[in-house]
Amino acid sequence: MVNSLFEEKLDSDEFLITTEIGPPKGIDVSEMLDLIETLKDRVDAINVTDNQSSVMRYPSLGGCLLVKEHGGEPILQMTCRDRNRLALQADLLFAYSRGIVNVLCLTGDSVEAGDHKEAKPVFDADSIQLLKMIQTLESGRDAGGNELKGIPRFCKGATVNPEADIIEPQLIKFDKKVEAGASFFQTQGIFDIAALKRFMQYATRFKVKILAGIIVLSSARMARFMNENVPGIIVPQSIIDELSSVEKGKGLKKGIEIAIRTIRAIREEKICSGVHIMAIGNEHVVPEIIEAVKIPSSL
Amino acid sequence: MIIANQKPSNEIWKMIQPYQRVLIVGCGTCMTVCGSGGEREVNFLHNALRLMELKLNQSAHTFSEFTIKRQCETEFIEMLTEKINYVDAVLSLGCGIGTQAIAERFDNLPVLPGVNTSIIGMGTTQGVWLERCVACGECILDETAGICPVARCAKGILNGPCGGSKHGKCESNKEMDCAWILIYKRLEKLGQLDKMRKYYPMRNFQTIPRPRRLIKSVTGGNTDGQLSL
Repeated sequence: MVNSLFEEKLDSDEFLITTEIGPPKGIDVSEMLDLIETLKDRVDAINVTDNQSSVMRYPSLGGCLLVKEHGGEPILQMTCRDRNRLALQADLLFAYSRGIVNVLCLTGDSVEAGDHKEAKPVFDADSIQLLKMIQTLESGRDAGGNELKGIPRFCKGATVNPEADIIEPQLIKFDKKVEAGASFFQTQGIFDIAALKRFMQYATRFKVKILAGIIVLSSARMARFMNENVPGIIVPQSIIDELSSVEKGKGLKKGIEIAIRTIRAIREEKICSGVHIMAIGNEHVVPEIIEAVKIPSSL
Repeated sequence: MIIANQKPSNEIWKMIQPYQRVLIVGCGTCMTVCGSGGEREVNFLHNALRLMELKLNQSAHTFSEFTIKRQCETEFIEMLTEKINYVDAVLSLGCGIGTQAIAERFDNLPVLPGVNTSIIGMGTTQGVWLERCVACGECILDETAGICPVARCAKGILNGPCGGSKHGKCESNKEMDCAWILIYKRLEKLGQLDKMRKYYPMRNFQTIPRPRRLIKSVTGGNTDGQLSL
């Protein structure tokens, strides 16, 4: 049986830090390998995105293999946009056979967001059905009810958006994801600690670990772009103003400062179990952020 | 109803080039209501094609027109039997069903599509048509407050909104309402939010591989119909 180091950590009381990398468009994985080397010992797990924003890239599965081969702990992001139930299950079997056991189950951004707008969106399953499909595989059968030779076991995760402007449907879906076996959640980017706290008041009744999503913004322009174009994300005006207040070229520094401040608050107030840092193209700054939040000032 | 969009006249013009005598056939039902292929549109297209012919100073084609009540029913298609003896092709302004029904009835006759059949839906304000059904074969409108997530959610998902909805709008199209937020609000109004808490398994796409057929007893009421391959 393959053990998930990440799952062991989920069982502990440690403050967890995960991060994510986006594979390249093309076959040159050298930059990704550099990032893996830089990050693998600094975080508890590395997510590898799956054709993020519907932009075709080197696959998540391939990226996770590289993380694994280089001694890191990968989290396989798996969307339902590009594969039907046969392909999803086949990829899961392969992942398990190569020691990739942490899976983040996502429905996936719509095809229109990406660079192959004429592609056929699959969505044979949604994120909850994918979680259930994994549960079925873990029971020794495939989604068609057929017996498997050798039974996989995964550490299953999902996402939730504590800052959704209409929160109730999100909470209903969160319940259903827990019910479908998700043991950890990596949230959509958090900018409003109060919203996260409200969500946690609700979520603490479940035995799942919540890692708050931290997006490292690099400029006010980026924040506005995300508000316009990135599904589900709402960067509040106060953060945009803060980013606008610094001189040109210092935006990323400010973004790092905001990320550190948010993570410290979450950690010191013990709001949730950890954070998931999304640096979106600026992954090289992740070590700096981790270093800065390492020792909680309250200890 | 079925809603279509008439093809651009230059595309139609290219399509008819190989045929000298072209009969433009309209449909008196859905295509009339959606304004893409009823008597009025047939007449308009007829005149447009004649004008193009004149403009190019050629007399390579002759056109005639005829609108039948429903192109998807054999008894109405029979009314074309005489007319097709004098043409080289039919340009159908019926939906995809009508066009095929004519082709099926007259196997030596080229039948050309004059419209792009687009959606099963309804009209709202003047000239705006909205998709409401994808004919999935497994209706769950009782569970979703009468709002179809398969037709109206960009991802057609069954277990609630994806993470992409913002201000109640869909991530694929900011003008479009998120179907799941609409469902949520209406279920709440109906006091049926429990339905949203239910797990819906993956859809049965066995009803989708084409072509499907629905077999129903014509005498035995309407409960025994079976949708199958």
